[in-house]
Amino acid sequence: MGVEQKLGDMGVVTTTLENVVNWSRTNAMWPMLFGLACCAIEMMAAQASNYDMSRFGMELMRASPRQSDLMIVAGRVSKKMGPVLRRLYDQMPEPKWVIAMGDCASCGGVFNNYAIFQGVDEVVPVDVYVAGCPPRPEALIHGVLTLYEKVKGEKFKDLAEKYG
Amino acid sequence: MTQIEEVSIEQFKHLVSERALTGETMLLNMGPQHPSTHGVLRLLLELDGETVINCIPDIGYLHTGIEKNMEAKTYQKAEVMTDRLDYMNPMGNNLAYVMAVEKLVDLDVPVRAQAIRVILVELQRIASHLVWLGSVGLDLAAMSMFLYCFREREQILDIFELVSGQRMMTTYIRPGGVWRDVPVEFEKAVRDFLKIFPKRIDEYETLLTKNPLFVDRMVGLGILDVKTALSYGVTGPMLRASGVNWDLRKSRPYMGYEQYDFNVPVLTEGDTYARYLVRMQEFRESLKIIEQALNKLPFGPVHSENRKFVPPPRSEIGVSMEALIHHFKLWTEGFPAPDASIYSAVESPRGELGVLLAGDGGPKPRRVHMRTPSFDNLAVLPEIVKGHLVADLVAILASVDIVLGDIDR
Amino acid sequence: MDIKLEPIVKIIQEKFGATLEEFRGEAHLFVKSEQIVEALTLLRDEHHFELLSVLNAVDYFPQQTPRFHVVYQLTSIAKNLSVQIRVPVNGDNPKVPTVTGVYAVANWRERELLDMFGVEFEGHPDPRRILTPEGMEGHPLRRDFPLGYEEPQFTFNFDEIRVQKPSPKE
Repeated sequence: MGVEQKLGDMGVVTTTLENVVNWSRTNAMWPMLFGLACCAIEMMAAQASNYDMSRFGMELMRASPRQSDLMIVAGRVSKKMGPVLRRLYDQMPEPKWVIAMGDCASCGGVFNNYAIFQGVDEVVPVDVYVAGCPPRPEALIHGVLTLYEKVKGEKFKDLAEKYG
Repeated sequence: MTQIEEVSIEQFKHLVSERALTGETMLLNMGPQHPSTHGVLRLLLELDGETVINCIPDIGYLHTGIEKNMEAKTYQKAEVMTDRLDYMNPMGNNLAYVMAVEKLVDLDVPVRAQAIRVILVELQRIASHLVWLGSVGLDLAAMSMFLYCFREREQILDIFELVSGQRMMTTYIRPGGVWRDVPVEFEKAVRDFLKIFPKRIDEYETLLTKNPLFVDRMVGLGILDVKTALSYGVTGPMLRASGVNWDLRKSRPYMGYEQYDFNVPVLTEGDTYARYLVRMQEFRESLKIIEQALNKLPFGPVHSENRKFVPPPRSEIGVSMEALIHHFKLWTEGFPAPDASIYSAVESPRGELGVLLAGDGGPKPRRVHMRTPSFDNLAVLPEIVKGHLVADLVAILASVDIVLGDIDR
Repeated sequence: MDIKLEPIVKIIQEKFGATLEEFRGEAHLFVKSEQIVEALTLLRDEHHFELLSVLNAVDYFPQQTPRFHVVYQLTSIAKNLSVQIRVPVNGDNPKVPTVTGVYAVANWRERELLDMFGVEFEGHPDPRRILTPEGMEGHPLRRDFPLGYEEPQFTFNFDEIRVQKPSPKE
């Protein structure tokens, strides 16, 4: 039934292992429930009824870093929170990605002062920056889709170099 | 910089009981990354089995230096910071700050601007309570509440976007009035919301108010008596749930609140359930205020005519040299304020949001202190959670309705 | 000033030798630091000022000495009145007696002041920093504390900033 009839009698799809692995990673990405400030409310809105991020296989927000592979840094990172953020990042299993959501997480935003890290990229490596103060839920979803594009292009060769 | 410093128990010795030092009771760390602390709050709990003996909140994980940053900006520019302070209530923060500036420089506000401010601030109150209700639902495992509440909240945010172009950080209320007049679609959008929302409140109440699962987890928890509440400076719905009738909108009316007919819901139980009921009733009272304000929304200007403080309209700049000078001076140098200090407060969804504003004679404030309600409301938490289970602590914390941006500033 | 507030202000003035400043209908009373506990107790017990709305400070550096004013904004719910008490405090080694015994809210508020201005409160039950991280030096809200401005990275100075900007270890 179904797909077998359409494909004929082949029963085999040939592709590269890289493609399969990257495809499976993108379609079940589990973000960590990590709200810091204003952007967290927009992140909640992106999860809720009107925007419904679960369309992209992301309905599960994990409260524990050990069960998640995407960290959405939603909000400003203070000097007191930085070390905590780093520890949470270290606790996430590989492979892992980081989205800096909003201006404060990307570059410090309007808060250029003693208390705030001028961009979360001073603490953890960032894959995608989402601009806006706060970004609309659509912008966050666009950021996530951009990350998917990045993940789809990952090569085993690079990963082998990175993790030895 | 990115290392966590080890903390020994010696630092907390005077805060925990002696049994903790011998290891008889357990010290448990909750947060700063925890789904039900509503942000980045850290609670150090001393537990005897599952009972909370001591609770030591550790705040500052979102300390942003907003007050320091505001000192480096002119009065108009500093307003942008206030939006990010209590991020559930940007309109209310703008109003509190702007009212303080207006009081300091003695600036008048036209009646139309006052009415628009009231409508928007009350809408913001509803939006803030909706986020609260949704997250209470999440904490007590009523996931559908979250989805329903955010559905209605989007409608309010659409109205904000209509008037200001931004969903959350609007900076729409400006010294001397509002940014610009509301568009013609505004009235219809608000009326649509007024039509739909009463039915939606009924829906929420059907889901929660009489629901035995919900009631069992709320009634009789975290009882706050009047004396403790006043001593800790608790304000807002929390104080009103403990039986004190104190609402700044009623007792010290600002922005023409005295002309609207509304009640201040007061309950005497002082437990989590009473706080929930007070907020549910505030939904309906806010709707009443919005409807009245919309019905008698006066026509007229939306800025003060005082050109020393309010920039002239763009149409005037092309034809009047003076208007051009005023515009240039206001946006480059700012307006000077007297070397004096004032205190002004408004009723935010969480309580008394006050601004202590000290000018230094120049265009920048000497000191802006935001008296934020969540700070004091959280300080009372250790008193009211003692003797409850850890699972109940989540319900009590949810009923306090804290916003970490409001606490840490 | 509110007509109901006048007798209360007069009592404080006579009892503590307080000076009065008025601005836009607000009454600011200046008392000495050693009198503050007594003054607040009197206002709370005899004149129904139940709420301590604000406990904070204003730094008048470098125009005035003593540089700090510790501000106590009191609210009376029963009478619907407000009064502000101010305590001028010297810049070096500032010390004020704690009022945690009078209003419990003072506990956190005084910790905040210790953190932000370095004003010490004698007899405070829990004198730790509250907002800033462990090991922070200085008191951020003092006027002579720098804002901590970092130059933003744009296209024209991208490489220059990149060299200085801290980056995470992999």
